[in-house]
Amino acid sequence: MTPVLYPALRRLLDDGAQLIEVLPVGEYTEMHLPGAVNIPLKTLDATTTAGLHLARPVIVYCWDGL
Amino acid sequence: MSPRAACRLATLGFTQVYDYVPGKVDWLARNQPVEGTAADTPTIGRHLRQEVTTARPDEIISQVRARVARSAHRFALVTTADDILLGRLRAAALDDTDPTQAVGEVMEAGPSTLRPHEPAAAIKDRLINKGLTYAIVADPDGRLLGTVHPSDL
Repeated sequence: MTPVLYPALRRLLDDGAQLIEVLPVGEYTEMHLPGAVNIPLKTLDATTTAGLHLARPVIVYCWDGL
Repeated sequence: MSPRAACRLATLGFTQVYDYVPGKVDWLARNQPVEGTAADTPTIGRHLRQEVTTARPDEIISQVRARVARSAHRFALVTTADDILLGRLRAAALDDTDPTQAVGEVMEAGPSTLRPHEPAAAIKDRLINKGLTYAIVADPDGRLLGTVHPSDL
């Protein structure tokens, strides 16, 4: 797992990385980064990630990393 | 939360996992677009004025004074070449300082800033209550984004 800051995030997104918001659905529904999908941390498993590509870069984020 | 999610993804077989640790609040604080039901909530980032006069710390006051005189505002913001906010020159400093002095010697260092995702209505009330005519808006790296004025909110 690699921590990234904003500049690296932009590069990864420009290169087509997958983006996951792991906050609860209510927070995602209110506001999320463009193109992000929502998989709340409590539901993160093989089933909920089945639609993602294992070998492509994937970025996760929450509100502030805590 | 996101570090735990990243570790979980690695255990599930994802080979290139990145954690945007600063998170959504960092994205918002950079005035970047968002999607969702609250995406249209008025923020001060939508009302930024970007025509504020800027100066470099090694300029002399007389140079800045001339630019400010041609601008709509009575102050200048001091930045680096890549827009990192260093200080402010208020009208009094511009008017009363030896014009040959360097900006960096007389500027007010480290002025307070706001982030662009702050709610417009609350900031308008705060500025009015404090008798302020503007506030400086910067991103999390200290990069100047502009100024915001109560009359615009």
